[in-house]
Amino acid sequence: MSDLSGTPDQVGAIRAMIARHKRWDMIFSMIGLVAMLVGVITLLALFLDLVLDGYGRLTYDFFTSFPSRHAAEAGILSAWVGTTLVMLVTAFAGVPLGVAAAIYLEEYAPRNWMTDLIEINVTNLAGVPSIVYGLLALGLFVYQLNLGQSILAAGLTLALLILPVVIVATREAIRAVPGAIREAAYAVGATKWQTVAHHVLPYSTAGILTGVIIGMARAIGETAPIITIGALTFIAFLPPSPVTATPPFVSFEWLMAPFTVLPIQMFSWVSRPQAAFLENAAATGVVIIVMTLAMNAVAIWLRYRFRKRIKW
Amino acid sequence: MSDAKNPVSPQPSRFAYQARRHLPERIIQWLLFLAALTAVAVTIAIVVILVYESLGFFRHVSLWEFLTDTQWTPLFSDKHFGILPLVAGTLLTSAVALAVAVPLGTVTAIYLSEFASHGVREVVKPFLEMLSGVPTVVFGYFALLFVTPLLQKLIPELPGFNVLSAGLVMGIMIIPYVASVSEDAMRAVPMHIREGSYAMGATRFQTAIRVVTPAAASGIVAAYILGISRAVGETMVVAIAAGTQPNLTWNPLEGAATISAYIVQVSLGDLPHGTLEYQTIFAAGLVLMLMTLLFNVIGHLMRKRFREAY
Repeated sequence: MSDLSGTPDQVGAIRAMIARHKRWDMIFSMIGLVAMLVGVITLLALFLDLVLDGYGRLTYDFFTSFPSRHAAEAGILSAWVGTTLVMLVTAFAGVPLGVAAAIYLEEYAPRNWMTDLIEINVTNLAGVPSIVYGLLALGLFVYQLNLGQSILAAGLTLALLILPVVIVATREAIRAVPGAIREAAYAVGATKWQTVAHHVLPYSTAGILTGVIIGMARAIGETAPIITIGALTFIAFLPPSPVTATPPFVSFEWLMAPFTVLPIQMFSWVSRPQAAFLENAAATGVVIIVMTLAMNAVAIWLRYRFRKRIKW
Repeated sequence: MSDAKNPVSPQPSRFAYQARRHLPERIIQWLLFLAALTAVAVTIAIVVILVYESLGFFRHVSLWEFLTDTQWTPLFSDKHFGILPLVAGTLLTSAVALAVAVPLGTVTAIYLSEFASHGVREVVKPFLEMLSGVPTVVFGYFALLFVTPLLQKLIPELPGFNVLSAGLVMGIMIIPYVASVSEDAMRAVPMHIREGSYAMGATRFQTAIRVVTPAAASGIVAAYILGISRAVGETMVVAIAAGTQPNLTWNPLEGAATISAYIVQVSLGDLPHGTLEYQTIFAAGLVLMLMTLLFNVIGHLMRKRFREAY
């Protein structure tokens, strides 16, 4: 190339320019790597910090004791039971609602202003701060509908909170099913609902599941809306058991019981001045973070696996 | 099923069959429609509840006092209802967070979209997703008990509750949002534009900075704005690490309450339903909602623009 044109001087200048540009390229790729690692390193530092602060408290007793005024005897029994029950309500309320809304928007919705309005609202709800959902729940569930500061109110609040996540994930999963599948079903005389229920939904289950798991993982860690509806921070009893000894053997009294959840338990311990309670907070943090990260990991793995397996 | 055996069945039974088939279909369609309508219902419910309770608040406090008073002390005996200190606290923590998230998020997005190999991307993206999955209360703990002591070694006079540490942690928390929306925008830039640039002898860095970034600019700005809106609405990190003392200041080395931190602080106490103090959190929530709504609308408009560009 160089012998085609220019004096050795010009060639040298061009070489120098190319070298300079390549150097910048190198420098930027270093900066990019460092910027990217900031997030990853923070994640690791955060996890290590929690584990180092809290591992001494992660014993069997910690999971089977109620909170206590003495830090060394306090545990998270009522908190993890509360989290489990609230999540149960959230899943039962939020998932069917979100999936049904997504099916409507993808398969049924005509192109009109009503559909546009619904779509705008879904996008908008995804951006509403979680604490505003808490205020909605405080005004609507706790006082207007008189549910009180109960597991039911908290579960419904979180169900509304994860609704946009479930809707968006389900829509994406449904959209990934090729149109040919639907046309094949229609061609053999299936109705719309048969097409959706027998073909579209089974094929998009993995995608929907991924979205549901990510939404639930987010709901487990949500603190602000549950504080806003007035969950208590000190609960030294369990809600009534859902299974009873007398017929009809199931009881729904637990839905109306006062409760606490893991993030609130952690928050209440963080706000105490004594160092011993901070250890408890860190241990609770480890439990929460392991739960959410495990759920996220499962979701990521599911998505990866199904993306590989499904070939249309 | 009877008409399957007898293809030339009389008209009435075919109608009956169709009706049997179509009625459930209609019912299902209506149920699905109602489910989709909850999205609208929730929005309406949020607006109605916030406005209704705020109206009660504004019967006692004039809008003028609310917007201009420089003190927010609704829980003290000398009551002042100026939202400004809370708004300032909210904007200040968000500004610190953005100062972290914008450069790091943008560079991460450019790196992931233009530099990183397929393998690196497959490893790093799940990590970033996990970072955005960490519960905020855990980030709050990290800010108060890890970052603040670290900063106090550099700045000895830093108080235990300060905006700086809360903002820094919040910034790292929103890196994944900024990075993933920006990266989407960069990925949407057609390959042939990049190839044109490479054909002229440009390096990856030149292509990324002078070709891809300008082409994706509105999407990147949308990412920033969505980041702001998330920072403004964030609650637990600031409630734990920035303190709950309303403070009209622009100095990130001090502590300052945000709107969301105030709502949490009030909710932790036992507030009787219907009192003025109870209504303050709805008025504060309304302001918060309007702020995030504004940012979200701008962000989505910008995002829509870049989607339509190609």
